[in-house]
Amino acid sequence: MKIFNFHLMPYADVDVEAMRAHGTAWITFSNSHYDPVKGAELYNQYLDQLERADELGFYGVCVNEHHQTAYGLMPTPGVLAGALARSIKRGKVAVLGRALPLVSNPLVIAEEFAMLDNLTRGRFIAGFVRGIGAEYHTMGVNPAESLERFNEAHDLIIQAWTRPGPFEFTGRHYNFKYVNPWPTPYRKPHPEIYIPSSGSLQTIKWVAEKRYTYCQTLSPIAGVAATFDLFRQEADRLGYEATPDQLSWSNAIFIGETDAKAIAACRYHMETYANDFLTRDPAAMMPPGYTSVESVKRMRALRSHRGSFQRTEDLVDKGIVIVGSPNTVREKLAAYQDLAGFGVSLTKTQFGTMPHAMALENQAAVAQEVLPYFRDRVPQGRSAAAAKQAAAE
Amino acid sequence: MAAPSISERDVRGTSIKLMRAGSGSPLLLLRGTDASDVWLPWMDRLAERHTVIVPEHPGFGGKPMPPWLDRVSDLANFHLDLIDALDLARVHLVGTSLGGWIAADLAHRSGAGIATLTLVGAAGLRVLGHTGVDTFMQAEETGLRARFHDTARADAAVARMLAPESEDVRLQNAITIARVAWSPRLHDPHLAKWLHRIAAPTLIVWGEHDRLFPVAHGTAFHAAIPGSRLTVVRGCGHAVALENPDALVASILDHTSIQERTSVQENTGKQGSPA
Repeated sequence: MKIFNFHLMPYADVDVEAMRAHGTAWITFSNSHYDPVKGAELYNQYLDQLERADELGFYGVCVNEHHQTAYGLMPTPGVLAGALARSIKRGKVAVLGRALPLVSNPLVIAEEFAMLDNLTRGRFIAGFVRGIGAEYHTMGVNPAESLERFNEAHDLIIQAWTRPGPFEFTGRHYNFKYVNPWPTPYRKPHPEIYIPSSGSLQTIKWVAEKRYTYCQTLSPIAGVAATFDLFRQEADRLGYEATPDQLSWSNAIFIGETDAKAIAACRYHMETYANDFLTRDPAAMMPPGYTSVESVKRMRALRSHRGSFQRTEDLVDKGIVIVGSPNTVREKLAAYQDLAGFGVSLTKTQFGTMPHAMALENQAAVAQEVLPYFRDRVPQGRSAAAAKQAAAE
Repeated sequence: MAAPSISERDVRGTSIKLMRAGSGSPLLLLRGTDASDVWLPWMDRLAERHTVIVPEHPGFGGKPMPPWLDRVSDLANFHLDLIDALDLARVHLVGTSLGGWIAADLAHRSGAGIATLTLVGAAGLRVLGHTGVDTFMQAEETGLRARFHDTARADAAVARMLAPESEDVRLQNAITIARVAWSPRLHDPHLAKWLHRIAAPTLIVWGEHDRLFPVAHGTAFHAAIPGSRLTVVRGCGHAVALENPDALVASILDHTSIQERTSVQENTGKQGSPA
């Protein structure tokens, strides 16, 4: 299993009571709550953590992109990937991902990612996303054009990386007389591509068709397994067998001496993460056209389940995160890998309000108690059988 | 009054639903985000004096988004095509909310066939310091309530208009509305530049307590359109047609009748026979 260290870079020093009183960390929670002295300290601590992840033997490090929120301080993830590109000596550097429709000139993303791929000598992983619904409010981009902008920007970037320039690109949203970026990517034909998604069928099919790596965002493991089954079936339909390396699960791991001690130690930080930082106004998350009418109706129907407080035990029981003793964590991760059949884990070791010292301790525990046991581990059992069964159908 | 006749009309490859009732000079009513709503009693009263035609907009009513639809100006040009296709000479044009924006855009493009123009709580302008409620950020019910001043009227509208049967159409309509109005948010920075070209006699009707497009927007239309009149409906929110239909009908009929008398006199003077 390839275990990455994934960071969200939350504003951990946030006034939790103020954020809770406002009701969300997104879009409208005033940036007057941001203290740059604290923020500067957090950025440097978080980069220290990711640099240390490389020394500790994680397969790579990941950053991502969100806008105008205390949930994550990475509106321009390329800055952080650039800061890491020279200090991450062995592992991969991944941006998971850049929200393509939010820019009016996707050529800058082709250029930025090609630079990162050169700096890392081909150890860069390019992630492409549409951005969540909230992003269409904060960045003023039309959600009804989101999907077509994503597709067009993606095609432009791939062409910019693979076709000798200069060439002309003509689209509905993007038009360039000259496409001829310097540099071109280090890795040929282009960097590895990961596509994070919350599990829309449309995205699953598209990623399978492109043979990229599909990354399931934070979800209960049973749903992750079902989603990965769909991916494998889609690959079968397309005439190839999906590899575990094409399936990636995003999670958080916290290790303590015993299960009870682990839960008690991380409870506050886990629960600020899952409740306060993550809570978003459902209306703002579903701007018109961002998702299909069917998806909106499904989300509306689930409304009654929203808003209930998520306890650490709930998150653990549903298999959204793994918290426990070293043995428990290893057993669960192995069981989840076999259940869902993934070969890539995007693992947060810091989350919510967790302070630096605690994050370092947890990161070291994961490196010591988990990484060595999983380095060569591949999925066993159900997922392999499920793939065969799907192929036979 | 009999129920309106409902038909499908194909205009250059795009099909829309038309509701029609009454007789007399034609009156084309362009509705806003409620363009898929049913025929309402206040329209009957317009139909006592006019042939009232209420089209749905392209991309509304569960129909696919036309590939050519990007801007409100596209809707304005479409409705010009519709006016030609229906052969509506000297049409009275009435637009509410988003429909008012379409009507204003249409009227500055080609005013020849427009007898009168009435804009009701029209979107389309940006008035610095008078930005209204951002309904795109709100749950559907909250956004609908924001259109009313009177909460009892709002309750009734929520009960009637947010029925489960129409949910698919409403969600689909919202996508079409976002497509043309998300950014710049519910206005076109180019519209104000050309409003002076509107030649049709223009009445502007505004709810005193319009929270979506505060009455300063009405004042801005009034200032930009030569010879226009502004009527502010007291105690009324954005949805004038739903909240005070009596006042709206009286204003519209007053406007169209004065203009028709003027028009007849002018025509009599020039051509010796009524138009």
